[in-house]
Amino acid sequence: MATNSTALTTPVAGQGVSRAHGQRGISNPILGMILFITSEVMFFAGLFAAYFNVRLNATQWPPLVNETPFAPFQIHHEILLPAILTMVLVLSSVTMQMGVWAIRRGDRTGFLRNTGITLVLGLIFLIGQIYDYTQLGFGITDTAFGSTFYTLTGFHGAHVLGGAIMLSVVLYRGMAGQFSAKHHDAVEATSIYWHFVDVVWIALFSTLYLL
Amino acid sequence: MATTVLRPAITYRTGLYEWLTTTDHKKIGILYTFNSLIMFLVGGLFALAVRAELAQPGLQFMSEATYNQMFTMHASVMIFWVVIPFLAGFGNYLVPLMIGAPDMAFPRINALSFWLLPLSALIALLGFPLGGAAAEGWTSYSPLAESAFSKGPGTDLWIVALTLVGTSSILGAINFLVTIFKMRAPGMTLFRMPIFVWTMLVTSVLVLMGTPVLTSALIMLYIDRNLGGSFFNTALGGNAILWQNVFWFYSHPAVYIMILPAMGIVSEVLPTFSRKPLFGYKAFIFATAGIGALGFSVWAHHMFTTGTVYLPFFSLMTFLIAVPTGVKMFNWVATMFRGKLRFTTAMLFAVGFLMLFLIGGINGAVLAAVPVDYHVHATYFIVAHIHYVLFGGSMMGVFAGLYYWWPKMFGRKLNETLGKIHFVGIFIGVNLTFFPMHLLGLSGMPRRIADYSATAGWNDLNLLATIGGFTIAVAMLPFLWNIFITLRSGEPAGDDPWEGNTLEWATSSPPPPYNFDHLPPIRSERPVFDLRHAKDVPALPAGH
Repeated sequence: MATNSTALTTPVAGQGVSRAHGQRGISNPILGMILFITSEVMFFAGLFAAYFNVRLNATQWPPLVNETPFAPFQIHHEILLPAILTMVLVLSSVTMQMGVWAIRRGDRTGFLRNTGITLVLGLIFLIGQIYDYTQLGFGITDTAFGSTFYTLTGFHGAHVLGGAIMLSVVLYRGMAGQFSAKHHDAVEATSIYWHFVDVVWIALFSTLYLL
Repeated sequence: MATTVLRPAITYRTGLYEWLTTTDHKKIGILYTFNSLIMFLVGGLFALAVRAELAQPGLQFMSEATYNQMFTMHASVMIFWVVIPFLAGFGNYLVPLMIGAPDMAFPRINALSFWLLPLSALIALLGFPLGGAAAEGWTSYSPLAESAFSKGPGTDLWIVALTLVGTSSILGAINFLVTIFKMRAPGMTLFRMPIFVWTMLVTSVLVLMGTPVLTSALIMLYIDRNLGGSFFNTALGGNAILWQNVFWFYSHPAVYIMILPAMGIVSEVLPTFSRKPLFGYKAFIFATAGIGALGFSVWAHHMFTTGTVYLPFFSLMTFLIAVPTGVKMFNWVATMFRGKLRFTTAMLFAVGFLMLFLIGGINGAVLAAVPVDYHVHATYFIVAHIHYVLFGGSMMGVFAGLYYWWPKMFGRKLNETLGKIHFVGIFIGVNLTFFPMHLLGLSGMPRRIADYSATAGWNDLNLLATIGGFTIAVAMLPFLWNIFITLRSGEPAGDDPWEGNTLEWATSSPPPPYNFDHLPPIRSERPVFDLRHAKDVPALPAGH
């Protein structure tokens, strides 16, 4: 539709041809993605606010269950797997960006390779997190600790899954040859989203395991 | 470019199929309008049920359980499926026209935003046949809203429906912001945009930042109710007040989401019918942005009586909201001052907005005072306040906008005589319904009750409010008849029936697909005024 928009605005006395619709600066899809991520930040802000509210109101953290310490809540003692998964996700952000740089140069092979690696790393993260869930020994029903932990990590996982689906679409379209150095808005938008998901995880990991 | 005007190849689809599949912002705007109008009638029926029950003491028409569903669904429908989408519908129709764009930035997402509305409304209303709709008030406070106290699927359906409405709003806000930032015609700088576009911009920022927080709150409530979570369960380490914090973090800005575009409508109607430019254009913009910014720091004034919030801060910030709002009030009054006033129906509703919103604003400032709030918290005083803001404010703005832009939307003017009858009925009805509620609240009548003591001294005022409620309902009949006869055989409007100022009046009525063949030069915030009076003033030197 972008071509129609320029065509329909005909020159008027004293004005140049309006070729500028949606052509200057940041493109519409990328601005849309940045605004969407703004709303996502506020969504996670709501969940984080709930976590800190619950934690600051607790007399002890992790909380007691039936007035006794509950061993599975000591998640910072089992930090190895989450730490490895964090590395995986950070690495995937690097490969994502290398893919973006590649397509900006017009290097389709490098773009496809890096996007593929990013997708695989994302899937490894998801599988690792599901495995971690099975090892934790507490559930979403175990006090507000369990509710906040699974809601925060679960919604983050859902966003990784969403990102993986976007990456799959980008990969498919890339293999069909739809992206070039000039036309790759979808790649840029997906990469911004993927970096956002990565940053949320770093915040989550620091808050849940380290703080 | 050659001299030929390129037209997009449009294969015209006919009738219903076109309306179901359209991505044209104007058609989507009209869909928003009619969907909101239908939901206004649904929510109005709930309101009439509430007023009928309260007309006299005792239970006459329904059980208390049914009554709870009535007031809950009345508020939910009016807020989420009437006022917000009515205004978003005006935004959809007008923003691209006003900035000289061919459509919204993402037309298909725009269609999705609309279709989520009837879908979510059906989901929320599905509670009635499935054993009872949500019944804990639209604020859905914990622990009342937890599964132990609100059994049945009604509340869960309500949660799902509100999440979908929120998604619709967020997608709409992204669409508006990208459209406004990226699709303006050459010459349409930010400080030449019509005030209505500015109010939609600020509203969209509020939606973008606020609505996701409501979504997070709804998800927490859903997890508590259905997955055994304990976010709001104090016994298991949760916090019931947490709900109020996350809920009001959205739902107070939501009040500005519901009033700012109505202020924008009034700011387009008043200058046109006063034949003057809006007084203090930039001051008005900064006031709008100020209300938006302050809007995020006042949510806890709904929670004064919880004892968990820092009262002086939230009280002060709430009082500060009155400053930019006051600026706007003086803008409007000064616009009319010494203007050549034409009292069309749209103008009457705009002036009605000024009068009623002033009352809603002043009693809001009264509520910002902590000691007063302690006294009238959760009484009918609050109900009076919110209705003076949302009916006296937002809905009067909506009606002003409907009478003002109907000729643009359909090429035919609504009948002015019927319109004036509609206005008089609404104006009398609103005051008759909601003014007595101030007195009821001050004398201690709590809201959300189906019955009250016959000796409490509330009988006459309640009867008065009920008469007012039915007056509003009767006043809607000439309006509906007006729509019906206008769509069949209204007076043809022409492109610019009111001598408007903004770009939508520079195209035909209704505008063609993609809106404009030609755009007038845009050298001020009133390009169509400039065009109309181009011969009256000496030409500006180049560069201006």
